[in-house]
Amino acid sequence: MTKIELTRIPFIKNAFKSRYPQLAVFIVMLIGYIFAILAGLIGTPVGSHNFSIVFVWIAWWAILILVAVPFFGRGWCAICPIPLPGEWLQRGAILTPPDKRPKWLNLRVPKMFRNIWLQNISFLLLALFSSVLLTTPNITGIILAAMLFTAIGLGAIFERRAFCRYLCPVGGFIGLYSQAAPIELRIKDKQVCVTCEGKPCYNGSSIGFGCPWDVFPGGLTKNTYCGLCMECIRTCPHDNIAVNLRPFSADLAKPSTRMDEAFKAFIMLGSAIIYAGVLLGPWGTFKDAAYNVGSSAWFMYAGIFLSIIFGILPGFFTLGLLGTKGNATLKHRFASLSITLIPLGLMFWVAFSLSFVLTNASYILASLSDPLGLGWNLFGTANTAWQPMLTSILAPAQALALVGGLIWSARTAQKAANEVKVSPIPVIVYCFIATSIMLWLLL
Amino acid sequence: MNPRFSLLLILTAGLAVAFPPLPVPTVAPQARTFQVDAGQFAYSPSKIFVNPGDTVTLELVSTDVVHGIYIDGYDISFEADPGQTQTLTFIADKPGSFRFRCNVTCGAMHPFMIGKLMVGTNDWLYRSVGLAALAVLGVTISRKQEV
Repeated sequence: MTKIELTRIPFIKNAFKSRYPQLAVFIVMLIGYIFAILAGLIGTPVGSHNFSIVFVWIAWWAILILVAVPFFGRGWCAICPIPLPGEWLQRGAILTPPDKRPKWLNLRVPKMFRNIWLQNISFLLLALFSSVLLTTPNITGIILAAMLFTAIGLGAIFERRAFCRYLCPVGGFIGLYSQAAPIELRIKDKQVCVTCEGKPCYNGSSIGFGCPWDVFPGGLTKNTYCGLCMECIRTCPHDNIAVNLRPFSADLAKPSTRMDEAFKAFIMLGSAIIYAGVLLGPWGTFKDAAYNVGSSAWFMYAGIFLSIIFGILPGFFTLGLLGTKGNATLKHRFASLSITLIPLGLMFWVAFSLSFVLTNASYILASLSDPLGLGWNLFGTANTAWQPMLTSILAPAQALALVGGLIWSARTAQKAANEVKVSPIPVIVYCFIATSIMLWLLL
Repeated sequence: MNPRFSLLLILTAGLAVAFPPLPVPTVAPQARTFQVDAGQFAYSPSKIFVNPGDTVTLELVSTDVVHGIYIDGYDISFEADPGQTQTLTFIADKPGSFRFRCNVTCGAMHPFMIGKLMVGTNDWLYRSVGLAALAVLGVTISRKQEV
């Protein structure tokens, strides 16, 4: 399949060029986000009846992991409300650039932090506390508020969206898996960018802002750090930016050599496996350990969690690579071939989320009518009984997702191995073992 | 997509679909009773093994707050107050692995209070692992043909 330029369609192009459609969605999302914070802090402590838990961890999560990330990549980032207040303050404007910009510090993020290690750490921190976070409304409310205020604070200190680019725990995994999505933003003609004066897509101009993600579109080759904010489409004076429909996983043909991105793949793969065992498994001891933060059992859980992610998973992966022979260094092979885990990890998350989302989706209707759990019945659905959905097709759907992910990963492994001139077999065997474990945990 | 690869994928899927039926052990159905203790947020036993056709009676004993059991796939449920035993009898006529879960909001980790009912062998798991193995083989062979 060749690329199809979606921005050739006038309706889509106009929708991206105009700031108003995006602003309308932003405002709705921001209102929902602030309401989720308030619901978490002042609503019922019963998670399954609180808007913050039901709409964030069931409704939003389902849309994000089952639709947005696989099909739209960073599509969520394009409408995410978290950076908005900070960005508006930083710019001193909501729509077009003002005559006078506010005097914030506008510092460049120090070079040592210009990678995704902080995102890896922030995701792991949330992951270690996930059992409490997923079930306790006021903790969810506090975390949502903390993310909003951190984004505002970083916007006042650093230039552009430092929070989204370097710290957001959700943005980290969306960026990783956005490489597999069939949507991309790219330039049409490289030569136009080379001769373009002032590079307004990056530096901004009187008609629009420079890339808030600190990306020069002319050098964009993969989705990882493009937040699809569409600002460059508005500022490009040459109409040289396109949004394309492309084959799935097109970015995975270009293996990364960055260790922060390689470990992100292990973190996401490992977290999906651990969650499947702890949250969806029948072992109460694990659930107790994961939930009782600060207890000795929790510290053991945290130790096992981190050992799996930083020791066992990359350790066996490295052992497999030791058996391959090639000119590239082991580190280079490790980083390049870790790209294989991206389709696998994405499908692990899809399979895990299917189970969690379908069995709890009926809470959405009840929470819609009574979002704070205060006995309201706004739309007449407050008394909707809990009923798991589609449980009969759950196992086939999960099996299909996992086996499909394995095939996808095996093909990716072959291409990545070809790039570094080694055999893909050890990596494919690794993926098969990981998939078998996930199948055992979920089926 | 490479035509050979497509062909192999189809062949792989076909093989998996055409898997011969797994042998079913001929065990005469019997009546089986299990006492299941439910406490925040686990069941004991957490895994229940029966044979297809068995008449299964679950005696649910709640050790702290109100708990219940909903069995996926069978779409049946019941609940028990603390200190009281409730029973549910059903015929395990659907083979496979089914999660059972608490159907009464019982505390923070309630959505994850889960057990497993195993009726005969877990065919889905074995077939899926077999399909995964065949798929890997298919992809590997197709690549070798391409090279």
